[in-house]
Amino acid sequence: MKFLLVEDNIELAEALLQRLRFDGHVIDHADKIEDAIAFSEAGEYDLILLDIMLPDGDGRDFLKKHRAAQNDTPIIILTARSQVSDRISMLDLGADDYVTKPFDHAELEARCRAVLRRRSGAAQTVTRLGDVAFDPVAGVLTIAGDSVRLRNRELRLLELFINAPGQLFSKQKLVDRLFSYDDDVSDNAIEVYVGRLRKHLERSSLRIRTARGLGYSLEHE
Amino acid sequence: MNDVVRSSASLRRRLTVVLIGGAAVLALVLYFGVRLYATQIAQQGQDNILKASVTTILDTAVIRDGTLEIDFPYAALAMLNTASDDRVFYAILQDGALVSGYDGLPQRDTAGSDAASWSAAYEGAEVRLTTAGRRLFTTDRETGITVTVAQTQDALSVTLAQISRNVALFGSGFFLLATALSFWATASTIGPLKRLTQSVTRRGPQDLSPVTKPVPAEMVPLVASLNSLMGRLEQSLTRSEDFIAEAAHRVRTPLATVRSHAETTLHRVDKEENRIALRAMIRAIDESSRAAGQLLDHAMTTFRADHLDRQEINLSELVADLVNRLEPVAEMKDIALVLDAQRRVDVSADPILVQNAIRNLIDNALKYSPAESDIKIIVAHTDHAFVSICDAGPGFPPDQMAGLVHRFARGKNAKGITGSGLGLTIAHDVAEAHNGSLHLSNRAGGGACVTLSL
Repeated sequence: MKFLLVEDNIELAEALLQRLRFDGHVIDHADKIEDAIAFSEAGEYDLILLDIMLPDGDGRDFLKKHRAAQNDTPIIILTARSQVSDRISMLDLGADDYVTKPFDHAELEARCRAVLRRRSGAAQTVTRLGDVAFDPVAGVLTIAGDSVRLRNRELRLLELFINAPGQLFSKQKLVDRLFSYDDDVSDNAIEVYVGRLRKHLERSSLRIRTARGLGYSLEHE
Repeated sequence: MNDVVRSSASLRRRLTVVLIGGAAVLALVLYFGVRLYATQIAQQGQDNILKASVTTILDTAVIRDGTLEIDFPYAALAMLNTASDDRVFYAILQDGALVSGYDGLPQRDTAGSDAASWSAAYEGAEVRLTTAGRRLFTTDRETGITVTVAQTQDALSVTLAQISRNVALFGSGFFLLATALSFWATASTIGPLKRLTQSVTRRGPQDLSPVTKPVPAEMVPLVASLNSLMGRLEQSLTRSEDFIAEAAHRVRTPLATVRSHAETTLHRVDKEENRIALRAMIRAIDESSRAAGQLLDHAMTTFRADHLDRQEINLSELVADLVNRLEPVAEMKDIALVLDAQRRVDVSADPILVQNAIRNLIDNALKYSPAESDIKIIVAHTDHAFVSICDAGPGFPPDQMAGLVHRFARGKNAKGITGSGLGLTIAHDVAEAHNGSLHLSNRAGGGACVTLSL
């Protein structure tokens, strides 16, 4: 998917860019409103992530201009404000959602998915591999015409695998991606989800291979 | 507030008293003035007739063969007839000696030929007298004739009584009308003041916009200073809000940077001890950001509880919005938020506070729920409106239930879950501010239930 990130904090932006690119997204970065407007006029984005306090003005001004220009690209606000009244005013201005800094990447992803799902018909987000078609936004896995809805953790697991077929993921890495840092989970907890995913993929040409002691990888037969 | 403002005399009462007092004085002046004037006119009328009578009599006086002869017509006295049968007296004196008429009628020196009128008592009654004199000449001497005619004043007093009564009636009518007018005038003067008070009182606690409705010229300085006061207040509030926002921004943005880096790093390192350290770091960041958020929420709850901004809201809609908003977070743990809401549950409540309370309760439920479980949220109206949130988590420790709503109290089974212990306190304070309650219980099959009643 194609993202536009509007964030003036370079360090935070870097971390976000790394993560989103790692997940297979295309992402442009603007660090002020002026650039953000230029970017959003020039390119078609699936989603805009917008910081509120920017060096050349308030992100809400961008939001207003964006909506006034009939641009319906969904916007998720990244805000340091946590007060309810602030949040409400941002949604009133036409933001689709917001996350409060500091945020969990998994939550940001979940919110992006939810926003894109609400704006159905937005982008074609289907990834194809072999005889498998996977829509991470809708959470639907289609194998030879048969569709099945995945649970969120199964979905995130498959998303990881399918973006990097053949790559070996350690159990720890998968745990970090699937579980919140609150949960004290053992690395074995991942086995349950790998098992389920295997079952879903049974009739497909994809296989999850176990590299004993190292982790898992997705193989295409 | 009312106990601070001391009230001096009421403006309305003062204005009413002055206006009614003025009307009373005017009514009295009118009464006495008209009566005095009427008395004078009536007296003048009587005097004129008396004078005519005296003149008629005097005119008939002739000296024939050295003797005074007066043969006055009956009409000279008949013109004095009144409806009240006033008695008439007369006396004709020649050089001071009574020639004809009533003896002892009071006399006055006319000093010339002009007629004089005065009042005096005669035969036990108040009479009005008029006297005039004339000098006649015989061949050898000059003689002075004085004619005095007197009349009792019964008819006059009847007339005066009548006039007095009418004037009194008129005066009272005037007074009543003036009183009514003064009430109306007071009301219409006080009216704008009252309307201003109402429009200021009806405002929500957040509304510090200036008063723009037109007010009478006399109130402009007051309203201008009120507006300037509110302007300054708003400015200082905005400044402190901006400060909080700025402070939050300054703290949260670097936290976000650290967290993002920690997460990215976590995906790159394999060494177990590094991973544990990074996870602990992320947890600490989450905890401090949650605590900061809840402290702000709690401060706002405390602040707003004193100035509830009550509005008519549909609780079902509010909860549905919240559920929508929290769904992505629930989804991350494959938790289903199951909302069972009546179509309309109307309450009069502060939407921001209620939203705050319920968000904290659902947050709690999300934190304590195991993956792939349901959180049941019921919104309904029985004898009162309530929201009930039940999870499939470990439930509340039974012996601690009463104390959990206290500030910073956390259940002993909360280990390993980030939290500041303010969530239930916030919900509890919000319930109390709305005269409602917060009820904690454990479900039979395991799990905690929190019911917020409004």
